[in-house]
Amino acid sequence: MDFYLGLAQIIGVHTLLGLSAYVVLLTGQVSLAQAGFMAIGAYVAAMLTVLSGWPLMAALIAAGLVAGITACLVGFPALRVHGLMLVVATVAFGEIVRLFFFNFDYQISRGSIKVGPLGGEGFRQIRYFPENGWTTLHVALFIWAIVALVMAALWWMDRSRAGAVLRAVGEDEIAAQSCGINLTAVKVSAMTAGGVIAGLAGGLYAHYTTHIEQTNFTILVATFAIAYPILGGLSSVFGTVAAVIFIQGFLVEGLRFLGDWRNLLFGALIVLVMNIRPSGLLDARTMAALRRLFGRREG
Amino acid sequence: MLELQGLSKHFGGVRAVDSLDLRITPGQIFGLIGPNGSGKSTTVNLITGLLPVTRGSIKLAGEEITNLPTHVRLSTGIARTFQNIRLFGQLTVWQNLWVAENARAQRERASFLSRWLGGERGARTRITRALEFSGLADKADELAANLAFGEQRRLELARAMAAEPKLLLLDEPAAGMNPEEIGALDDRIRQIRDSGITVLLIEHHMELIMAIADRIAVLNFGQKIAEGTPAEIQSNPAVREAYLGTAA
Repeated sequence: MDFYLGLAQIIGVHTLLGLSAYVVLLTGQVSLAQAGFMAIGAYVAAMLTVLSGWPLMAALIAAGLVAGITACLVGFPALRVHGLMLVVATVAFGEIVRLFFFNFDYQISRGSIKVGPLGGEGFRQIRYFPENGWTTLHVALFIWAIVALVMAALWWMDRSRAGAVLRAVGEDEIAAQSCGINLTAVKVSAMTAGGVIAGLAGGLYAHYTTHIEQTNFTILVATFAIAYPILGGLSSVFGTVAAVIFIQGFLVEGLRFLGDWRNLLFGALIVLVMNIRPSGLLDARTMAALRRLFGRREG
Repeated sequence: MLELQGLSKHFGGVRAVDSLDLRITPGQIFGLIGPNGSGKSTTVNLITGLLPVTRGSIKLAGEEITNLPTHVRLSTGIARTFQNIRLFGQLTVWQNLWVAENARAQRERASFLSRWLGGERGARTRITRALEFSGLADKADELAANLAFGEQRRLELARAMAAEPKLLLLDEPAAGMNPEEIGALDDRIRQIRDSGITVLLIEHHMELIMAIADRIAVLNFGQKIAEGTPAEIQSNPAVREAYLGTAA
């Protein structure tokens, strides 16, 4: 049972990570900085609970805010460039963050041991959950409560005019400008929202793994972050969840019995899915069909 | 309404628009014609701010707007359509108009939240009315990309009108339309003018422009070679020369 709860935790955190890239992708921007924002959230939240004794909820909010503010500041210069140049710029930012934590020492003595981040050794002993008697079930439920909250917020935003405006910018920047839309404001807002969500993902991640280090936030993680919404489709937040369950649940865990061959099949299956469903697992037509199934009408 | 003074746009050594002076008085349909590559679309892009001006000034209702960013100009009262239709194809017809309500909300200084979340009371009524007016009421939930060509043109015009502009720029609105659709467009543009909106119409379709324009300017190689009523333009020798070439 613990295995499945652990898997649920991983899927929850990766869903948040995917959603943080989803918001940015809606505006047509490809950001590989999401792992960087996640790292910031992870270190901020863990330092607040371990070193300053904050309650988890407060530390998570702070993690989201710090990551969001960073994303906002990065957004202004980064979004002046387009397409591949933006990808390169965001990769550079992600690496800067990772290398910062590679060199970041901030330890304090707690009795006979020292706690806090220690450069390449990472940040060990993030023991908020065991110290406060949370079981794996509690943690999984807590993570999914936050996932549900973020999904509800994004779902609601998507159906409001904000969603239409984000997508309009993603489709045609010239037409969007000509409709009176301030491109910079929209893109930076999306980037900020993405930063907040990635920060939350990082904060949760730090606490359930109990040990974080810079290698947890490499470009591979950033690639996963954008792969989820692309694979899942951009027509709704549920596509991202479906893609995370497909990749983390089915491909990573379900194919473990294949041993070393797993990675090969993993790649092949992703290519296959993208060929069969080029606009994502849950594309617009599927969503429309689902909506009809539940007897609801958009608009 | 709109005043261009010595407006120039150079691309390297090419003078796409060269010292252009235009005065468009309110409530007119002002036609802008000229052979291919004469600088008509560049002029529209300068007026809307998509291209930076090399020299000269643009005034809207007496206010200098030469250096304002595009989205700000829109909220001051300019809207446009594009020569090669630019709709948000993966948004529904309804959403296309919803997005354009942004300009109006900005002008009314709606609060940040209501602007973003579209909570203003009137939006639904206005969009419904605009769809009925454009004959698209039954297509509200259709993706814009799935519309027929003529419907896309109508939707783009409706989207421009949703910004409630004072000045409407139409860049070849009749391109690719059949005679019946052009007839409907003709009526629609007149209705727009009669509702008090100034129209700058760029068009290749001479029959249409001669029929509805109150005043016409002719561009050739970025310069204005003639201006006057449709009758004056039709009898102007310089215009004939620009269109038909110099007599041997």
